[in-house]
Amino acid sequence: MKLARDTWLIFQRQLHLLLRNPVWVFVGVFQPVMYLLLFAPLLKPALNAPTQAEAYKIFVPGLLVLLAIFGGLFQGFGLIAELRAGVIERSRVTPVSRLALLLGRSLRDVVSLMAQAVIITLLALLFDLRVFIGDLLLAYLMLALIALMTSAVSYGVALKVKSEDALAPLMNTVAQPVLLLSGILLPLAFAPGWLQGVAKWNPFSWAVEGTRALFNGDISNDRVWQGLTIITVLAAAGVYWAARQFARSVR
Amino acid sequence: MIETRGLRKSFRSRAGRETKTVEAVRGVDLDVTAGEIFGFLGPNGAGKTTTLRMLATLIEPDGGEATIAGADLLKDPGEVRRRIGYVAQGGSTWDESTAREELVLHARMYGIAKAEAHRRAARALEAFQLTEFADRKCKTYSGGQRRRVEIALGIIHEPKIVFLDEPTTGLDPQSRAHMWDEIRRLRTDGMTVFITTHYLDEADALCDRIAIMDHGEVVAEGTPTDLKREISGDVVQVGLDLAATGEAAKLLDGEEYVNRLEVLEEGGLRLFVDEGATAIPRILRRIDGAGLDLKSIELHRPSLDDVFLTKTGRSLRES
Repeated sequence: MKLARDTWLIFQRQLHLLLRNPVWVFVGVFQPVMYLLLFAPLLKPALNAPTQAEAYKIFVPGLLVLLAIFGGLFQGFGLIAELRAGVIERSRVTPVSRLALLLGRSLRDVVSLMAQAVIITLLALLFDLRVFIGDLLLAYLMLALIALMTSAVSYGVALKVKSEDALAPLMNTVAQPVLLLSGILLPLAFAPGWLQGVAKWNPFSWAVEGTRALFNGDISNDRVWQGLTIITVLAAAGVYWAARQFARSVR
Repeated sequence: MIETRGLRKSFRSRAGRETKTVEAVRGVDLDVTAGEIFGFLGPNGAGKTTTLRMLATLIEPDGGEATIAGADLLKDPGEVRRRIGYVAQGGSTWDESTAREELVLHARMYGIAKAEAHRRAARALEAFQLTEFADRKCKTYSGGQRRRVEIALGIIHEPKIVFLDEPTTGLDPQSRAHMWDEIRRLRTDGMTVFITTHYLDEADALCDRIAIMDHGEVVAEGTPTDLKREISGDVVQVGLDLAATGEAAKLLDGEEYVNRLEVLEEGGLRLFVDEGATAIPRILRRIDGAGLDLKSIELHRPSLDDVFLTKTGRSLRES
């Protein structure tokens, strides 16, 4: 099938270029590891957690969702560089599938996020975090969907604004309230009522709670299926919108 | 090979509160025959690139119709894409990729199978003398090498027509001459080549036929020789001091053998005459008689710039 073949083609190319420059892999892991080593130890006393492992159960899922959101949202910069180099236009004069131009790139972002997530989970295991493999895989699915959505949206916005100067403040403005209203760093259970009320409207806060439930071995928690459903719908909408941007003016 | 009728495109631009509509291309009719190098000549902003981008399916025309290599541009752009190659003005290679990787990927985007894509890439690298750097990153290439990679990309799927948007802009004279040879070789291989340029000498030396474009319209079309012949007669260029130029212009403007007179900014005159050989002695006598100091006198056939000047009232060099 043409779409699958073209997507695979673009995915391979993008992954190849990413791996050619392993510095990025290092940078991508370095920051979360710093959080893990330098920030997480504060949490046991702050959260009043009985053990360090309990604190990690709360913090690690939040950190992973944070990575998925930010990792995705800033992928647009790479696309702007490609636009400037003429690579996108060159693709557009070929009969390659427009949806594949987006999906190939977004899937690369999902895969690189998964690599980061695995490394961080393994490190957290060293700190006595324990999670069932089935729950973990479901949590990874959630992360993959989040990354797919945020990277697709970032690509779509990049195609619209076409400049780094516009993309950076735009993405920061979106990311900051999303981050603060999703209970990523500290659970929203500590928040006053009004803040919890506002956070209910943030789809990512559902995703964070769902992921935490999974890390807690609580797969039957409603937040799990609710979070997955919300994120799946949003990912589909994000991909649809961004694919339209790719196809625009080039029928 | 290419046939367009009334191709139009306008853009809306916003300046403050007002929205202005700029008619970039206002009704272009073109007939390009198979196997020729067709040149699109005009100053920057004449609408050359916009027309080219419409023909290459990158922007949608507002009106008109076009058939390209037998496919309808408006009804079946997908089929047009399969039959054409396009090389953009600003480049199209990625710094971190190698020429070979770019060629293989591009071939595969046309649906060519992997093994065949590798074979074609190797062949293209050979043909464009790039084998030596094939596995180095594009960012290490010279301007001329990179252009060659881009042209190779544009024809990797063996299209019937290739569109080249200002293929020699920014190249040094040697790379430019080299590029002309490459473009002629495409024609030898049976391809129709459509180029845009704002270099007169390029259009003159390279193209079988040209269309001159100005303000979104084609103002003249034909072979370079025919276009130049349209301006009958010769051009006599008289070199004078700036101070003497005005007086000489007054003297010669009334002469019945001078069809038209153009004052050069840096001093001197261009006189359009029917026959240079008989006009020159008379011009010399007039200038000498008035005691003006003559620095040089040259006789030449009209250039494409003269064609442009007659058609648009401006010199291409000034615009």
